[in-house]
Amino acid sequence: MGNRRFDFDALSFRIVMTGVALLALLLLAAPTVVVIWVSFTSGYSLKFPPPGYSLRWYVELWNAWQLQFALMNSLKVAAWATGLSILLGVAASLGIARSASLTARVLDSLFLSPLVLPALAFGLSSLMFFSLVGVPVSPLTLIIGHTVVSVPFVVRNTVASLAQMNPTLLEASASLGATRWFTFRRITLPLIRPGIMAGGFIAFMASFDNVPVSLFLRDAATDMLPIRMWQDLEGKLDVTVAALSGVLIVATIALMMVMERVAGLSKRLT
Amino acid sequence: MAATLRNVTTYDLKLAAPLAAGFVVFFVTPLVILLALSFQTDPQGGHFGLTQYVNFLGDSFSLGVLGSTLWLGVKVTALTLLLGYPVAWLHQRSPGWAKGVIMLLVLLPLLTSVVVRTFAWVVILGRQGIVNASLLGLGLIDTPLKLLYTEGGVVMALAQVQMPLMVLPLITALSRIDPNLADASSVLGAGHWRTFRKVILPLSLPGIIAGCLLTYAAAITAFITQSLIGGGQMLFMPMYIYQQASTLQNWPFAAAISVIFLVAVLVVVSIFNVLGRLSRGYTNA
Repeated sequence: MGNRRFDFDALSFRIVMTGVALLALLLLAAPTVVVIWVSFTSGYSLKFPPPGYSLRWYVELWNAWQLQFALMNSLKVAAWATGLSILLGVAASLGIARSASLTARVLDSLFLSPLVLPALAFGLSSLMFFSLVGVPVSPLTLIIGHTVVSVPFVVRNTVASLAQMNPTLLEASASLGATRWFTFRRITLPLIRPGIMAGGFIAFMASFDNVPVSLFLRDAATDMLPIRMWQDLEGKLDVTVAALSGVLIVATIALMMVMERVAGLSKRLT
Repeated sequence: MAATLRNVTTYDLKLAAPLAAGFVVFFVTPLVILLALSFQTDPQGGHFGLTQYVNFLGDSFSLGVLGSTLWLGVKVTALTLLLGYPVAWLHQRSPGWAKGVIMLLVLLPLLTSVVVRTFAWVVILGRQGIVNASLLGLGLIDTPLKLLYTEGGVVMALAQVQMPLMVLPLITALSRIDPNLADASSVLGAGHWRTFRKVILPLSLPGIIAGCLLTYAAAITAFITQSLIGGGQMLFMPMYIYQQASTLQNWPFAAAISVIFLVAVLVVVSIFNVLGRLSRGYTNA
């Protein structure tokens, strides 16, 4: 009798947990699957299920110059912001990692704080700042704002890699007569490179996807892709946006696979 | 000798100077200006005072927006925890290949553009969307349900969009639990539910708190998802700030709302941080 009750207990626990987990995984996957599915529709609306299937909306992307223009802007700004984030963020991480000083701890918190502050409030305050000092919004102000919100990802991952590094390697290198610069290039950098790459990748995606900062810091001539898509969606449900989403999803999956291979992305995020 | 060895393993703090300078100019200074501007009594400048704050705190509409934003975060966080915990649990006990699949499913939404993810929910919840099409097809309803532009829709979409932020810390927390503890619990006669409640759940508390903090902060600031799924009738703090700043050009009031929102977020973050420290002390004891 006790045995039967034990079985029921184990069974009910597994069924409930596995059931909810599968439901959650279905929920996680559903939007991606649905977008790719409807992007192949032959109709003019996002009706589900599609009346027929075609590649017409992907072909249409070739002529969607507004979206292409916004895409190029977003890629350029993300590339600049990522480059600056890696340059400044890695240098800063070297300075603050392994240091127990109060200054280093304060700087660490400061560099990570854009992650928790509402980005929209930061975007608004940046606009106030630039207008107060008399600098008109431009691609430059946009890159500065994006760098502030992207650099935490680089700092977080680089500091974590530095913390995991065995310091005896540096001592060994130095005792064998290597200069600091040589040790940095041949020992430190190769060991923390995966962390830098993972951080840089997430920083790039964060910048590419950013709306709240771009809303305030872009000039009228600089259309950004997420804003363009958002405004298109506010107006009407455009199937071209679905095709573009399909392209973005495939590109994201491909980049994720590459980053998993070269930088162990999933290990760094848990 | 020890001093020279120490020297090779640490780097000069000055390396952090360029980024620190950049943050002071382009991050701290703007926030200080935001704070200063929030004390301006009218958009034309001039006098300083608490007018904007009095306006906000004395206005039931504004307080309602703040309240519904904070409450939205609670609902999203609760739903995300409820759905996300079993995912982390399943990941923990899955074979290698299944771990990879679960990880891909969890990471994909995290890295996909928020606009794309939100757009998907518009397609799913719309009048001609997949939910309504299925229900109509099954004959369960006669007319399409209104799912888009409802608060339930916003909570659902936000829960999916932010779920990775909950699941990833939970996976970390569960992987740190000694599996012998669960075995010990069942050897001593506790059933699965009891072991879960008394052993696994308390030990994963740091992960739960970290996940809740990230999810909550992300949910209440998720501008795009809130506005696209919520539509025009539902107003939350980020959109309220944007409307006041951009459409109405009322910078002092927008600054004051931003400060209030920032403080609210910081209070929540601090509470979670204190809870996190307490829970770590608890699990290490």
